[in-house]
Amino acid sequence: MNLAEGVQLVSFLVLAAMMIGAALGVVLLSNIVYSAFLLGLVFVCIAGMYILLNAGFVAAAQVLIYVGAVNVLILFGIMLVNKRQDFTPVKNAWLGKAATAAVCVGLFALLSTMILATPWAISGAMPIGDEAIVEIGKHFFSDYLLPFELASVLLLMALIGAIVLARRDFLPDELLDRLPEQSDALTLPERPRELISGSKK
Amino acid sequence: MQLQYFLLLAAALFCIGIYGLVTSRNAIRVLMSIELLLNSVNLNLMAFSNYLDPQNIRGQVFAVFVISIAAAEAAVGLAIVLSIYRNRDTVDMEQFNLLKW
Repeated sequence: MNLAEGVQLVSFLVLAAMMIGAALGVVLLSNIVYSAFLLGLVFVCIAGMYILLNAGFVAAAQVLIYVGAVNVLILFGIMLVNKRQDFTPVKNAWLGKAATAAVCVGLFALLSTMILATPWAISGAMPIGDEAIVEIGKHFFSDYLLPFELASVLLLMALIGAIVLARRDFLPDELLDRLPEQSDALTLPERPRELISGSKK
Repeated sequence: MQLQYFLLLAAALFCIGIYGLVTSRNAIRVLMSIELLLNSVNLNLMAFSNYLDPQNIRGQVFAVFVISIAAAEAAVGLAIVLSIYRNRDTVDMEQFNLLKW
């Protein structure tokens, strides 16, 4: 083992330990704000893994999109629905958790035996490294052109769909009374809507 | 450094994500678990891309697609959670039984 492999192995182990610990924290901690920040740590560790796998472009995309956009979006979501409520305990909740843990451990055992037993066709070619971004661009505009364009359409649909779902669909009455009439040039026409009844049980 | 290390790590992350997905009560934590699942799949794709297909990196292309789909999913999922929170005044998954019966 030369020096580069040793450095790679040590950084892999450090990143793996941080990632598993942070992922367990995301799932198990009771404060959801801590969970969101630990999720950012998981994303950063995965970006480090991508750098270890000779994929600098995707690592940069991971940091930009996941840490910069998705994690911030989740934090905003937490703060928008931040309601300190204690969930009513469900009967026999530990049974479900134990069953789920057993299923997850079993799934991990199954996957790991599959991983270790399969003879992988390891390619001996050198990774192309920094040329990867050129290669990704060629793939995007030749053989993966249709999925690329569909992804852009899907992002537009998600943008519009998220706005339609999340925008406030009704105005309270006192706010409607106070609003002057000339201000509706900049507002979208909104219809009043009934809250779903039966939510208070 | 071997392929198996990365695959085992991705499998562990996937199992943690599934555990969180099933057992969480908070809807936003469910979304975070889905992000964990998508990231473990991405890690698998990148490991295959580096070790099995290093010249013709199709795994990285797939990972970029998965990242973009995951961003869209997070936006729509949070919008749905906000909408449910506005209607039901809770984010408890046990009380989201509109479609149950």
